[in-house]
Amino acid sequence: MNKSAKPAKRHAFSTRIWHWINAVSLIILFMSGLNISNGHRRLYWGNDGFAPADAWLEVPRFPGWMTIPDYYSLAAARDWHIVFALVFGFAFLAFMISAVLNGHMVRDIFARAREWRLSNIGTDIKEHLKLNFEHGGGKYNILQKIAYAGVILVLLPLMIFTGMVMSPGMEAAWPWMTDLFGGRQSARSLHFIAAWLLFGFFVLHIVLVLLAGPIGQIRDMITGGKLEGSSDAEA
Amino acid sequence: MQRRNFLVAAGAAFLAGCNEIGDSAWFGKVVDGAQNWHRGLHRALGGGRITMAPEYDRSAISPVFRANGNRTVDTDAYRAAEAEGFANWRLSVSGLVDNPAELSLEDIEAMPQRTQVTRHDCVEGWSAIGEWTGPQLSTILEAAGVQPEANFIVFRCADFFMRGPADNRRQVDYYESCDMDDAMHPQTIVAHQLNGETLPVANGAPLRMRLERQLGYKHAKYLTGIEVVASLDDINGGEGGYWEDVAGYQWYAGI
Repeated sequence: MNKSAKPAKRHAFSTRIWHWINAVSLIILFMSGLNISNGHRRLYWGNDGFAPADAWLEVPRFPGWMTIPDYYSLAAARDWHIVFALVFGFAFLAFMISAVLNGHMVRDIFARAREWRLSNIGTDIKEHLKLNFEHGGGKYNILQKIAYAGVILVLLPLMIFTGMVMSPGMEAAWPWMTDLFGGRQSARSLHFIAAWLLFGFFVLHIVLVLLAGPIGQIRDMITGGKLEGSSDAEA
Repeated sequence: MQRRNFLVAAGAAFLAGCNEIGDSAWFGKVVDGAQNWHRGLHRALGGGRITMAPEYDRSAISPVFRANGNRTVDTDAYRAAEAEGFANWRLSVSGLVDNPAELSLEDIEAMPQRTQVTRHDCVEGWSAIGEWTGPQLSTILEAAGVQPEANFIVFRCADFFMRGPADNRRQVDYYESCDMDDAMHPQTIVAHQLNGETLPVANGAPLRMRLERQLGYKHAKYLTGIEVVASLDDINGGEGGYWEDVAGYQWYAGI
């Protein structure tokens, strides 16, 4: 359908603006979150928990260079978290709506049945190990689709909803959500786990961008870039 | 090595920038705005201003209810009051009310009581479930006759912290406040019992507030007074609470 004179962009405007707002928000939320974690360094399952015996994890104290602000201040860290939770949440909502409307979600993120074939996944893993990131017609290969869908459809919504459960004012509005996650302390534990899974994605994402040619990748995420082989994109 | 130095320098600059922004007046205004957004969303998504915090079965009560902050009041007057079972403790009701009052524990126990098993969430992150008993704050306020200019309720407390450098220690009293929605909320009670027993000293004897839709620091202990006011600006540090004044904690602790 790329018959117009204007060349198709590799990344839609809404995707690009969200990508950068999201990147800044997640870095600030992660680092202020580590400061908040220092406020009580134990995690529990269920609704309540304080005693060390109740904890499933003793969390290490995160040093100042990992936190915002770079000294221990629960009040200041919560300020950052409270502001950027709104930026992150509403930017994500706007991205999800536009990704559904402009077809990005179905066209690029959802995998086709044939892509789930083990042979396809195996080939893709082998190509990645050979550091070959050229991949046929579609925008993303199956490993990318799994990673992006895992972040967009699982981890980011999980961060939002477990964060809402931890707000007592929000919990009073939607108390069923606390039960959905198995209690407030369970939601807190899941929030922590999902944050570190997102960090894992962040590291992998940066490494792959560096391997795939960082200048072109970053340029395209700013300008939009050109869609490679527009004519056979849907081959 | 150069690249590593660049990354370290960039990281340090980022953190320094965050500190600078965090300390600025404009960021404080942004935070206040965000706080109001959160509160507005909580009320809007809950479909009204009176949403109920979850209540639990007695079997869910935590084996130990953690006491945080002040665990007693370090004065002779408080020790004397404790020794006589708080028989002469008074809760004053003052400010913008038609009928100011001095309530004894007997007066408070004679009012209609509410018992609720709720979860207490500390701003630090831990939670404890306990059963609280006491009259609804709305009962006390209705008896006092709140005047139309009232916007906030201030909770006065017997406890305090000593702050400042060693050569200039000063006593800073604990206090807290809430808006009229939380004041009139059915689960907002003046508790004199925890888990069916007289409220222990560590948990705020003889009286403490329960504001179930907010974090623990709002639940003022060692309660001595309920003051109805139009504005919080002239109350103590002006931020609406002890932790709000001394450390910049959020006044709306429903987040």
